[in-house]
Amino acid sequence: MVQNIIDVKNLSKSFDISSKEPGLKGTIKHFFKRQTKSLKVIKDISFEIKEGEIVGFLGANGAGKTTILKMLCGLIYPSEGSILVSGYLPFRRKENFLKNITLIMGQKQQLIWDLPPIESFYLNASIYDLDKFEAKKRIKKLSEMLEIDEELYIPVRKLSLGQRMKSELLAALIHEPNILFLDEPTLGLDINAQRNLRKFLQKYNKETNATICLTSHYMKDITSLCKRVICVHEGAISYDGKLDLLLKKLSPVKEILIVCRSEEDAIKLENSGFTVKNKIKNEITIKIENKSITSSLKTILNNFDIEDLFINEPPIDEVIGKVLIKKDYDI
Amino acid sequence: MNLRKYLKVYKKFLHTSLASELEYKTNILVDLITAILSLVGSIFLLSIFFQNNGYIGGWKFEQALIIQAIYTILNGITNTWFNPNLTEIVKHIREGTLDFVLLKPIDSQFFISLKKINPSGFLEIMLGFLLLFFCIRINQINLNLSFLTLSFITISCSICILYSLWFFISTTTIWFVKTWNAIEVLRSFLYIGRFPLSSFSFTLRIFFSVFIPIAFITTIPSEVFLGLSVFWKILLEIIVATIFLINSRKFWLFALKFYSSASS
Repeated sequence: MVQNIIDVKNLSKSFDISSKEPGLKGTIKHFFKRQTKSLKVIKDISFEIKEGEIVGFLGANGAGKTTILKMLCGLIYPSEGSILVSGYLPFRRKENFLKNITLIMGQKQQLIWDLPPIESFYLNASIYDLDKFEAKKRIKKLSEMLEIDEELYIPVRKLSLGQRMKSELLAALIHEPNILFLDEPTLGLDINAQRNLRKFLQKYNKETNATICLTSHYMKDITSLCKRVICVHEGAISYDGKLDLLLKKLSPVKEILIVCRSEEDAIKLENSGFTVKNKIKNEITIKIENKSITSSLKTILNNFDIEDLFINEPPIDEVIGKVLIKKDYDI
Repeated sequence: MNLRKYLKVYKKFLHTSLASELEYKTNILVDLITAILSLVGSIFLLSIFFQNNGYIGGWKFEQALIIQAIYTILNGITNTWFNPNLTEIVKHIREGTLDFVLLKPIDSQFFISLKKINPSGFLEIMLGFLLLFFCIRINQINLNLSFLTLSFITISCSICILYSLWFFISTTTIWFVKTWNAIEVLRSFLYIGRFPLSSFSFTLRIFFSVFIPIAFITTIPSEVFLGLSVFWKILLEIIVATIFLINSRKFWLFALKFYSSASS
């Protein structure tokens, strides 16, 4: 049986936030008497993650995804509740715990700006107590997986964002961690760079059975990497489960565009009992429930003279967008 | 603590830091010229103070030069290690890159205090030592073992006090986010360390001994060089340095509990 590697129970986090009124008067008032209030950004959440799982955290900006990741890797102390990651209390940041995890943030970098990435890799290797031979072996292996070579010897400031992100990944994985926390790793990357990064993460997960916790606003990252998603809405979990179940729940119907041989066929189809969205000459768009899609298509192909047929999936961003603004999903 | 690992990491810090700095040759050259001009200017200023009256606070010009030498060494250490690293703490906290430091299996205080070096500060340290050797000659100081031990102890204590003060101020960034001004105030107080403590009024002497112990940083090591020091003062400097160092450590660990990381 696969064991839980992350165990979170009734976790809450509050921050003291100060607010300021606009204008000069507000600024002076804010300077002398700062008004702070405690804001609960994470509200009593519980979940478990199994070893080797890739879990996507979904939520609108400010929903609390990054705060959850930072509590999981031990950067922020929780206000209430308990977290166990790989058997450790993360916020104690014990050496063996830190050797097991890594955090990659798409908008922050740890590479030394003026030097080639290779220098940062060897620095990290010494911090993780790896000897030169082992470090060289791991750099070679990871650079092959990431498909980077010459870039390792070019100063970071001269690399493209995609090359830099690959180097960031290499620097963060040199100690072969078995839990990866990724906070928007594909932020700002072009389509090819995004695809390569996703390919690498899939491969890394397959080869090392590493657990991956990921936040991203690019739905392609989530759909191609995560079987399971945790949706966060205003600091609380609104959905925790399989991604495909969520998608089925959110879009139970598919749209099918059928091009008939003649307009007569289209009229016949229109009157055959299917839910019709629209009809233009010999082209007709109907809506079919996901569960009956195979049988319905069989009926259509057997009974009507069809020239062409297109199944339109609703745009994933549109579907997931519904999650970001809704509080609860019971699947 | 695995000493071998820490030495290995420090060697890497030195290597990467030197390599980074050497990317900008002109900057290093400008820093070197600044260090030479700054020392010449300070000595000139000191000589003006001594022009009318041969003594300030009971110290001769040749004796006051020792304070200047120790100040130059300490300023060199400040520019080599404290300035590039401890001012970076503010940046780490404001931009949230402290996250990367805290997630490394290495002591975070060691990492943020020693990761960078500014090679041009080495010249200042060398100039300081050259001036110190010159002072030893003109003041006809006898170099024996007890003198060398005491000098080493008092200068080391001065470095610890200076580091702790600076680190303490930088740590408060975790709550206040911007503390550049406080560091600038500390740097301007350090300039005062170029003059003998006895040249100030009683109230200022108390202030610079108790509240901001600048007096301990330069005056006590200089008194050791001149054979003017008394045992209790050296002991007091050791105690002050130990208290400052321990508390800077405790304060850092305490402050980290309030670190909320920068938003993404």
